[in-house]
Amino acid sequence: MAADIIEVKNLTKVFGNVVAVDNVTFSIAEKDFLILLGPSGCGKTTILRMIAGLEIPTQGEIYLKDRLVFSSSKGVFVPARQREVGLVFQSYALWPHMTVFENIAFGLKVKREGSEVIRKKVDDILAYMQLEGMKDRYPQEMSGGQQQRVALARMLVSHPDILLMDEPLSNLDAKLRLEMRAEIKNIHSQIGATTVYVTHDQVEGQTMASNIAVINKGIIEQLAPPKTIYNRPANLFVADFIGSPAINLMEGRTSSEGDDGRVCFKTGEFTLVTAYRNIQPGREVVAAIRPESISIVKEESANTIPGEVRTILPSGPETVLRVRHANLVFSLLLTQEVNLSPGQKIHLYLPAENILVFDKQTGNLLPL
Amino acid sequence: MKRTHPSFSRFKNYIRRPHIVISLILLAILLFIVLVPFARMIRDSFIWQFADTRLSRNALPGEFTLFHWKRVFSSALTQNILVRPLFNSLTTSLSVSACAMFIGSMLAWLVARTDIPFRKTIATVAVLPYVIPSYIHALAWINLFKNDRIGGAAGVFQYLTGIVPPDWLSYGYLPIVVTLSIHYFPFTFLLVSAALTSIDSRLEESGEILGASRTHILRRITFPLVLPALLSSFILTFSRVLGTFGTPYFLGTPVRYFTLSTQIYSNITNRIPSVGYILAFVLIAISSAVIYINQKMIGKSKSYVTIGGKGFRVTDTPLGRMQYPLLALIVLLFLASVVLPLVLIVWQTLALYPGDYSLRHLTLLFWIGEANTAFAEGEAGVLRNPAILGAAWNSIKLALSASALAGFLGIFIGYAVVKGRNTKLASMVEQMSFLPYLVPGIAFGALYLALFSHSFGPIPALYGTFFLVALVCVAKNLPFTGRAVITSMLQIGSELEEASETLGARWSMRFRKIILPLSIQGAISGFVLVFITVMRELSLIILLVTPQTRTLTTMTFRYQEQGYTQFSSAISVMIIVIVIFGELFSKKLGKKGSI
Repeated sequence: MAADIIEVKNLTKVFGNVVAVDNVTFSIAEKDFLILLGPSGCGKTTILRMIAGLEIPTQGEIYLKDRLVFSSSKGVFVPARQREVGLVFQSYALWPHMTVFENIAFGLKVKREGSEVIRKKVDDILAYMQLEGMKDRYPQEMSGGQQQRVALARMLVSHPDILLMDEPLSNLDAKLRLEMRAEIKNIHSQIGATTVYVTHDQVEGQTMASNIAVINKGIIEQLAPPKTIYNRPANLFVADFIGSPAINLMEGRTSSEGDDGRVCFKTGEFTLVTAYRNIQPGREVVAAIRPESISIVKEESANTIPGEVRTILPSGPETVLRVRHANLVFSLLLTQEVNLSPGQKIHLYLPAENILVFDKQTGNLLPL
Repeated sequence: MKRTHPSFSRFKNYIRRPHIVISLILLAILLFIVLVPFARMIRDSFIWQFADTRLSRNALPGEFTLFHWKRVFSSALTQNILVRPLFNSLTTSLSVSACAMFIGSMLAWLVARTDIPFRKTIATVAVLPYVIPSYIHALAWINLFKNDRIGGAAGVFQYLTGIVPPDWLSYGYLPIVVTLSIHYFPFTFLLVSAALTSIDSRLEESGEILGASRTHILRRITFPLVLPALLSSFILTFSRVLGTFGTPYFLGTPVRYFTLSTQIYSNITNRIPSVGYILAFVLIAISSAVIYINQKMIGKSKSYVTIGGKGFRVTDTPLGRMQYPLLALIVLLFLASVVLPLVLIVWQTLALYPGDYSLRHLTLLFWIGEANTAFAEGEAGVLRNPAILGAAWNSIKLALSASALAGFLGIFIGYAVVKGRNTKLASMVEQMSFLPYLVPGIAFGALYLALFSHSFGPIPALYGTFFLVALVCVAKNLPFTGRAVITSMLQIGSELEEASETLGARWSMRFRKIILPLSIQGAISGFVLVFITVMRELSLIILLVTPQTRTLTTMTFRYQEQGYTQFSSAISVMIIVIVIFGELFSKKLGKKGSI
């Protein structure tokens, strides 16, 4: 396993009497792409800014490439300009009074590189970012996507080993966002710099990251690869936050009615067999299933629930279906052609192996 | 690794951030130029002064006494020193605010919401009276309505009609209210038109769709929405009039009609400064209270005033048959507030003998005449008069240096406040730099007189130096430059600097390459504003100038005091010309500087 490039220990940041980041510990291996994912105001940007050195933590320690850059107990604080990290801001933060060339060359001038070297490096990065012929423009004369590229170029031109990005794509339209997502992933795999990327967009998290840290109210709810986050969310918050349409949740109790020791999930209306074996009966739980795991069947059988079609929301290749059973409304995500109409009675099939069971009290995922 | 004590190193880290250091330095400067004078003035009001030996046999210079406070608040003189001037100050301020609010808001409504012709022209012309220094309106009034009863020559009115204007028309309450209302209505006009144009007209249209009549909409929707702007303009006008010195001095003192500001001046010049200081406190207290109320009110009502965007098409109220009579009224207002005063002032400079306005006796002597003992006690015309040209040079020097320094400090204030947003230190810097705004000009001058007429610690007595006059102008105008830079820096956001920080730039480089170029626009607009303000400043510096440091404004004042109305008028014309050039220059800058 590669060495840890970024290490964050017990990091806490308090603004006034608001705890923005609460005792967070994590580490990032070399060449890793970590996404900090969470709703707005959860503290993810604050974590990023503390790593960059723009915010002074209240408590904790930060190591970058084995160098201690902050420690509250040892009184160490290395300012941002000495940390040698690259940072892209949500607003891009391009200097409006400088041309593209001057913007990109700034970091090199700070390092007192020769003007020939600077010109060569800027030209190279402009070519790499497909910005040839733009170097005499001012940022405000460019489109959002181009500005984004300039911001990336400005960061990349000094070859930092650590890249930090704060919601870099949130100001772009949907199509450009898709393009830039691929571009950033591409840059990461070519350059191999360790990257921390902040976003509230879970699709970004799913498509780009090697690891995702889901953050809520200043704490890390789960840190794992995207697949694990999606398929085995550690708790109800993560389960609910990840995935669109949102995961279907049902409250009920466990019982031991299943064959060969499998646990059943019961509500007042129906009973479902699960893949779990180690939950004692009678426990209050929340069962969950992803919309795409539910299918429509004609016949009533094991693990089916009768329901009535409420709304049909087709969108290109997929269709979202809302189906009502008693006072529950299930979301379904179907990729095949749908030949249904509102009010129609159908049966939903919920496969046992796709049902997740969470403890109702703690909200944590229960072990199989 | 060497270990240091955590709390010490935390302090070291705290100190190491540039905006903290800058904030601390600024606080020290502000403490010196704002709070210390204030403290000194309080102290002086409790101490016997040398001059007091004239007033009381018990006076022990340097010892503690309540004499001055008693003299102001409970003595046989209270009526004359405090009560009557206070009453006069309050009545003139209230009347002016009410008149200015009425004229200004009506004009704003006509321009923003009706089909009156020449709206753009009216909007441009309407601000002109505010560009002309307020005491010039007073001088023009005197030139017009002066009677020969008080002494000196009669004005144009008596010359043309032969009727001697009664005292109440020549001096006192009425002329003060009229001239100041004429000067201050553009202020309301600007605030209310801004409010009117920022109101989303859909709010009014939805009222119309629901079937409300136009007057009903005006009363129940439009009026409540501009009410905060109206109140705000009322209160700001009130506090400005309260601190005005020139107009009540020219129009009030000849008939012993004193306001607090003229009473402060006469007490200080009559060498009873401590009484002047106490009256200055009264003025500061009223003015602070009024501005505090304003802040509170704006804070509460802002939430719904700023709703909505701009650029919605507004349906104009048709004026019908009233269109042209109203336009005629506006033209009349313009004639009375701009053209007439200027004509009167210029005419005055051309009159060979005071009070003789006949065309036969028009002369350019007061402009270009050589020194001649047969005439004006040997004073040369203003364009050849070394004393006046010296004063003009002083004025320009003062305005340039004060605005440059205030603009420069403003950049640092803006930086410290924006960078340290939400910290106690930053808000302390912001509030301290705002303090001079609460202090009326004449009282601020008194503060500086109190502090710098003696030596103070390592600082020598600065009274009589050009530096002191410049310093008081800088301090008084810091709120404006600070505000201007804070606004422009808030728009820029702190990320632009942080971006350069992560690229390894030291603070000196960040300041030179990023902060300075980006905030210079705000600083320049602050600079121009301060330049114009200082150029026509009278109340603030009248107590501090000496013959060596006199400016055009104080020269006007002296000549008017001595009855050389041609000279005072000619100098006024010079001031207006310089101010108008400043305005034009700033307009040009404003256009060029739009990135």
